[in-house]
Amino acid sequence: MFDVVIAMLPVLAISIYFFGMGAIIVTLTAVVSCLAFEWLIQKYMLKQEPSITDGSALVTGILLAFNMPTNLPIGIIIIGSLVAIGVGKMSFGGLGNNPFNPALVGRVFLLISFPVQMTSWPVPTGFSNSYTDAVTGATPLGVMKEGIGAGESVSAIMDKIPSHMEMFYGHMGGSMGEIAAVALLLGFAYLLIRKVITWHIPISIIATIAIFTGILWMVNPEANADPLFHLLTGGILLGAIFMATDYVTSPMSIKGMWVYGIGIGVITVLIRVFGAYPEGVSFAILIMNAFVPLINMYIKPKRFGEIKND
Amino acid sequence: MLKTFPKGGVHPAEDKYSANNAIETLPLPKTVSIPIAQHIGAPSKPVVNKGDKVKVGDKIAESAGFVSANIHSSVSGIVVKVDNVMDSTGYKRPCVVIDVEGDEWNESIDRSTDLKKEISLTDKEIINKINESGIVGLGGATFPSHVKLSVPAGKRIDVLIINGVECEPYLTSDHRLMLEKAEEMLVGIQILMKALGVNSALIGIENNKPDAISHLDTLVKDYPGIKVHALKVQYPQGGEKQLIKALINREVPSGALPLDVGAVVHNVGTALAVYEAVQKNKPLFERVVTLTGKSVTKPSNFMVRIGTPVTDLVEAAGGLPEDTGKIINGGPMMGKAVNSLEIPVVKGTSGILIMPADLSKRKKESDCIRCAKCVSVCPQGLEPYLLNKLALLEKNDKLETGGVMDCIECGSCSYTCPAGLPLLDYIRLGKSRVSQIIRSRK
Repeated sequence: MFDVVIAMLPVLAISIYFFGMGAIIVTLTAVVSCLAFEWLIQKYMLKQEPSITDGSALVTGILLAFNMPTNLPIGIIIIGSLVAIGVGKMSFGGLGNNPFNPALVGRVFLLISFPVQMTSWPVPTGFSNSYTDAVTGATPLGVMKEGIGAGESVSAIMDKIPSHMEMFYGHMGGSMGEIAAVALLLGFAYLLIRKVITWHIPISIIATIAIFTGILWMVNPEANADPLFHLLTGGILLGAIFMATDYVTSPMSIKGMWVYGIGIGVITVLIRVFGAYPEGVSFAILIMNAFVPLINMYIKPKRFGEIKND
Repeated sequence: MLKTFPKGGVHPAEDKYSANNAIETLPLPKTVSIPIAQHIGAPSKPVVNKGDKVKVGDKIAESAGFVSANIHSSVSGIVVKVDNVMDSTGYKRPCVVIDVEGDEWNESIDRSTDLKKEISLTDKEIINKINESGIVGLGGATFPSHVKLSVPAGKRIDVLIINGVECEPYLTSDHRLMLEKAEEMLVGIQILMKALGVNSALIGIENNKPDAISHLDTLVKDYPGIKVHALKVQYPQGGEKQLIKALINREVPSGALPLDVGAVVHNVGTALAVYEAVQKNKPLFERVVTLTGKSVTKPSNFMVRIGTPVTDLVEAAGGLPEDTGKIINGGPMMGKAVNSLEIPVVKGTSGILIMPADLSKRKKESDCIRCAKCVSVCPQGLEPYLLNKLALLEKNDKLETGGVMDCIECGSCSYTCPAGLPLLDYIRLGKSRVSQIIRSRK
């Protein structure tokens, strides 16, 4: 678990660089309230030995913060933490037993309950950015969705948003953990080197999205954004690397991981291109989380010496 | 690229403390307790009675069927009783107990040490001799060797595989044998080749024994058909199915035997025993046992007479260390803890491992977080987390369809589990239940 925290540090650092105090306040609030709720629920409701030292609530707290804009009011963050830990995790029996990624349960709850606060994104002006009255603006994904909806051409919209290179370094609006592809990829490399995760889930998600949006883009490049735009914006890398790979809520076999990853990729693109929301990674992961028991039941690893019945 | 098996596996610390210590002959014990069930199959029938005088190499129990093995006295002396004595399982089992007097060998045994290369017996005679000499698989499985050599009609064997992998950490008895008895072993391999009618034999050795690999590689030039292969250090490389896959890329089907893919596997120690039986008329009554552990004063490889109490080995290696937490019969991965030092060494005892207390503790158990590490390390492509749960819930039908009978009990899952779950313990329990059910159907 603590390797995951280390892998998230570059992301945190870039967020603080672009969003300033807001990033620190949101992260601290989410982490402290997640740890506190886990401890309180275990101690007083479940009457069991608190296990907050296992690091899982810490990871949930950081991931929840990564899924929030950096000007989110503290009260909302605390509500999100309660839903993430209380509903998403503890109601199922704690670590190891939850079917859905707790941080995403918290995020989606907030997105539906506080749609305005959850989608007012501070402009990444730098460390001096204010927490309470930051200047807000839309994310590149939001601009793209709105523009295409209004009948503008993709090339015209592209002029209004940051370049691909700026997006790669994280110079754009968005949730605090999703902006900087470079930091997310650094974390990915660390997780792979430390053998915390295997490459299958992130790569299957990324490849599916690249291929799916690539086909749409080649069919009509003026009505559909290019694949690189899709991969660099929104929560795809954050979701693919840190959220979809959650041990508890992802499949056990390599083949199952491919099915799960492809499912997340397809649903994400469907929501982004054809749905009402500009972004769909969180929903896609939660939907595929629900399929994990089914995947585990029907998609088995290849057994040594398996006798084919045909 | 070194050869290896394709799926799963782990790499535990090797800790082969006794690798550079030459085989020493352990002094004769005062009494030996020789169990009549030291092999897979039917227990043998004792043919001696209380008060009988026996010599080294005399038959004391007779094979009780095709899958069974003769047992010979490892000492000379007087049979004091044929009675139940506790063995490594902790249960009392029938044993022939002999008080040692002198060291008088049966006259038919050739005690000279000169290498006898010429093989005069025919294939049938070789198999009979091996059967007569009570030879069983010395890698630990103790399957009677003559059974493996008696190929059923309709099956064709084209390669003999010799297992010198010794992938269990700590153990070094096979390693020492390959260094010290290489020529005898190679003649033994030729005898096995003749018995099987094959002209190719492959010796697989893990790459952490470069001295044994180069030694055998030089010697095999004089033995046509035998080749030495260095293998990647990856546990459980010495598993029969894994070794066959690594060396000749054939996959033994679930529930089938190596001979179904044209291969027969024998351990290096077995090859040496075959040489001694066929060329020197010496039945199997002694073997090399590694006595080792982190705190053991003198980690050793002993040539031990079967039936010798383990405590004799411990004394010879400098006594029981003060911090001892657990004594394991076998290696740390597959071995089983024993509860007494009085248990006898048997044909399948490859090592006795003395673990200090701090290494003997189990990890604190927590809930499974479905990290899938057990699935990724299982060399048999099973789902240990699921089998563990099914075994706990006694869902025997699902255990069977889940492939529990394919489990080779290597322990890679328990070794790798970050939640500290004793996966293999429960899977073994479930496997024994399922195997009872399968037997009762017949």
